[in-house]
Amino acid sequence: MLRYSLKRLLSLGISLVVASLVIFAAIEVAPGDPARFMLGINAQPDTVAALRAELGLDVPKVQRYLAWVGGMLSGDFGISYTYRVPVGQMIADRMWVSLPLALMALTLSTVIALPVGLYAADRRGGRGDMAVMGLTQLGIAVPNFWFAMILVVIFAINLRWFSAGGFPGWDAGLLVGLKALTLPAVALALPQAAILSRVMRSALIDILSEDFMRTARAKGLTRQQALWRHGLRNALIPVLTIMGLQFSFLLAGAIIIEQVFFLPGLGRLVFQSISQRDLIVVESVVMLLVFAVIVVNFAVDLAYVAVDPRLRTQL
Amino acid sequence: MRGSYTLILGAAMTLCFAAAALVSFIWVPFDVTLVDIPNKLQRPTGQHWLGTDHFGRDLLSMIMVGARTSIAVALIAVGIGILIGVPLGLLAAARKGSWLDEMIMRANDLIFAFPSLVIAILITAIFGAGAVNAIIAIGIFNIPVFARVTRGGALSLWEREFILSARVAGKSGLLISVEHILPNLANLLIVQGTIQFSLGILAEAGLSYVGLGAQPPLPSWGRMLADAQTMVSFAPHLALVPGGAIILTVLGLNLMGDGLRDRLDPKLRGRPV
Amino acid sequence: MPQRFTARALTPVLALIATLSTASAAETDITIGMQLEPPHLDPTSAAAGAIDNVVYSNIFEGLTRFMGDGSVVPGLAKSWDISDDGLSYTFHLQGDVRFHDGSAMDAADVKFSLDRARAEDSTNAQKALFTGIADVAVIDPLTVVLTLEAPNGNLLFNLAWGDAVIVASETIETIKSNPVGTGAFRFVKWVQGDRIDLVRNGDYWGTAPALEGATFKFISDPTAAFAAMMAEDIDAFQTFPAPENLPQFDADPRFKLLIGSTEGETILSTNNKMPPFDNKLVRQALAHAIDRQAIIDGAMFGYGTPIGSHFAPHNPAYIDLTGNSVYDPAKAKALLAEAGFADGFTTTLKLPPPSYARRGGEIIAAQLRAVGINAEISNLEWAQWLEQVFRGKDYGLTIVSHTEPMDIGIYARPEYYFQYDNPAFQDLMTRLTATADPDQRRAMLQEAQTVISTDYVNGYLFQLAATSVAKTGVQGMWLNAPTQAIDLTGISWAD
Repeated sequence: MLRYSLKRLLSLGISLVVASLVIFAAIEVAPGDPARFMLGINAQPDTVAALRAELGLDVPKVQRYLAWVGGMLSGDFGISYTYRVPVGQMIADRMWVSLPLALMALTLSTVIALPVGLYAADRRGGRGDMAVMGLTQLGIAVPNFWFAMILVVIFAINLRWFSAGGFPGWDAGLLVGLKALTLPAVALALPQAAILSRVMRSALIDILSEDFMRTARAKGLTRQQALWRHGLRNALIPVLTIMGLQFSFLLAGAIIIEQVFFLPGLGRLVFQSISQRDLIVVESVVMLLVFAVIVVNFAVDLAYVAVDPRLRTQL
Repeated sequence: MRGSYTLILGAAMTLCFAAAALVSFIWVPFDVTLVDIPNKLQRPTGQHWLGTDHFGRDLLSMIMVGARTSIAVALIAVGIGILIGVPLGLLAAARKGSWLDEMIMRANDLIFAFPSLVIAILITAIFGAGAVNAIIAIGIFNIPVFARVTRGGALSLWEREFILSARVAGKSGLLISVEHILPNLANLLIVQGTIQFSLGILAEAGLSYVGLGAQPPLPSWGRMLADAQTMVSFAPHLALVPGGAIILTVLGLNLMGDGLRDRLDPKLRGRPV
Repeated sequence: MPQRFTARALTPVLALIATLSTASAAETDITIGMQLEPPHLDPTSAAAGAIDNVVYSNIFEGLTRFMGDGSVVPGLAKSWDISDDGLSYTFHLQGDVRFHDGSAMDAADVKFSLDRARAEDSTNAQKALFTGIADVAVIDPLTVVLTLEAPNGNLLFNLAWGDAVIVASETIETIKSNPVGTGAFRFVKWVQGDRIDLVRNGDYWGTAPALEGATFKFISDPTAAFAAMMAEDIDAFQTFPAPENLPQFDADPRFKLLIGSTEGETILSTNNKMPPFDNKLVRQALAHAIDRQAIIDGAMFGYGTPIGSHFAPHNPAYIDLTGNSVYDPAKAKALLAEAGFADGFTTTLKLPPPSYARRGGEIIAAQLRAVGINAEISNLEWAQWLEQVFRGKDYGLTIVSHTEPMDIGIYARPEYYFQYDNPAFQDLMTRLTATADPDQRRAMLQEAQTVISTDYVNGYLFQLAATSVAKTGVQGMWLNAPTQAIDLTGISWAD
């Protein structure tokens, strides 16, 4: 177990280093001068040059890469070109929106998917199952930004149950904050719930045909009891994998939803920074997201091995 | 039985849009590049079957031409994924356990770690919006998917007797991969291809929605949605029509994929080729 | 016994007071939406219009200032004397003015601000406004003398710009994130990506504003802006980004439209040095191929005034030159044939983000296609547009709105991005700057408009309308936009 963990940790480290190189190289190729963008139409060339010097844009690339990595390791993500505030601070502020949103969407999707998947697996081949399969197919096919549009028109503009978007801040109250994140979370959760239901269903169906399930049935458990007591636990492994993947997707993939609901989250930060050529912010946020995914995968891997004794012997 | 039901339904839906796309090359009801302001924002009428948009352009024609973009982008992106991903997967499986296999798998994991939407936006925003860059941005993320699926499928085939006997007979890994393994993976790849195709359509719609896909005057479903947003409260057909097109195409492809999987899967554990 | 009675009697009274105070609090605060978030809060350095929206007349003030009708009135300078030769301006400053940090505002601060703006390494986006100033001298704490190199009839006008506001040397280091000015409102907080909060300055030297507090909320997405307004999350939106929704607001009794004019000449900029646009006949053909009204109706849903030259119709010196470029596709084709392009040609049409450009561009491309010109559209972000079009001059056509007031002088700069080089015009502009007499100035401005119209330098489309939306009770918002600003000092709620 320990040796496995160490091996994975090393692999994680290498992945991060390679990722940072790729990110830095890709961003450096980007055309577009942040200084000129900030100064606008009527600026003189010498003003632009002065600003470039001030922003440190003329320092050699290798030096900038090392400074960036070194900074990140010590928690300093640099200063944003456009806002002139520490990037770390901006990221931290945005995390307070993106993280809760991702968690809410994940929770919603799980709460919907688990019972639905269970139901479908239970009634496999029957009408209930077909209905579920049909609905989930529809759910997967719907683009989440289109669904968000519809939600806004119905619930915000017409019914006025929710505000159109925006985030008042957590200091306005926990419930107020959660309410502001509700429509976005629903828009995000729907396709994810559809996918998760199907994964849940197929995992359970596979389990149902396994030997130990037959043993359980032979012992006298009803199919439902067998499903609940033994099936669910075993089906959780593939389900957990997907949830891990979904979490990473939700964190970064909410970029369009955040635009639609004008939420000050990580996704919108990245988007605006890309348009404004604020390279430092883009590099750091992408690096952070990659880091999050790699770490979540690492955690899930370790969890697998811890949970499933069979895997340990293969190490 | 159920398998063929979904397959037929899915294939029908998909072919509908594919046909619309092909027909659009020779004929569309109205020229999509013509602007006709006096006729703007009309509901469906006898003349304009799906209505007109804010520039007076016929929505049906725009859907047909937009189908071209969505299908082309998604299809070529799948092509990229297969052309690069499959050989990589075969190579990794043939050299299982080696340093090469390890490298390929790590590279795969690395690409998977990158947030695809953010990277796609980055690529198109930086190197220019348009169908070509959208294809590249989406295609890049198809590569690891096909590599992984190919490797997985190939690995289980390597265990098979007829492969082992070919090995013993002295055939090289490369020849075995191409002659024996690849054809048996065809079904798996077709199914995965359909899935990636439908994901590609959604991805292209997303990119077009934020303005980074196909550029005007070429219509694109995602951009039609973005244009429709501010007018949805008084002209809902502007959002329902392109939204419907996306949903139906993706649904069709997914149903087709499901149906194919149900039919082809048993054959997958198939005869030696 | 008495305590219980008091408590029970007090509760409804307290409740009543509570409702009253929340009611009145809502009436003294305002939340205004705006599309672009400022990159920082220093209007005198690398300024973007969004910065002026937040700070102009609210946090910072200049020697003079713009009112909503475009007139220039005394600001921190209560009066001035101009010498006979026009080279020396003596400004008498308002007394007893304090910056928000309590320090006094005096002539030394004026000198500091102006010297900083005109310095060699200044990052002021409008440095050109200050280059004519030879010297700034402090006579006494309330008197400053500006000496010019040559007479400049625009000086008072220039000093009203947001880039010329007075700042303090003590707080200059942190001005970008913590602006300290002399205005009627103090900066409180900036929640990046969301909003900026201001509060009334209790020690303001001038008339106290009606509002006690204000919040600027940033909503870039037009749908989100529409939804926010309809949900009454915000009280007003300055320059509402989606003209197609304006009729809905108009029809809704809760809201009112504030339609006025801006200083934004929206033009189809043409690269005069790039073939075939170096041929005047081709440029003329462009002018006749364009149907202005279709663009105004299609892109701006009817809001906007057609223009025939680079000048604002609301300006007294305006003359209507739209007759030089009437919509006549047949004539356009004939002109193209005469210029040798009977089969048309291909060119690039690079469009920045605003919807007047994106939508207007699609319409224009269709109109040009009808006469044989194939304009390939590229939708660019501002950063790319500045890089490729503005700096690199790598474009054939583009659409942009020039919102600086009285900027016809840009046609006298041959290196400006549309590269128009006409020595006669440049001479005219030099003479104009030296002239102070209003009648002479008007005649020269009219001549200037005619020259650039008959030379078909650019395609003159329309004057951008100021389209703001507000709740019915909001009074005092500017109808017009003589400069980029959301002036809170005149805003109040009707009872």
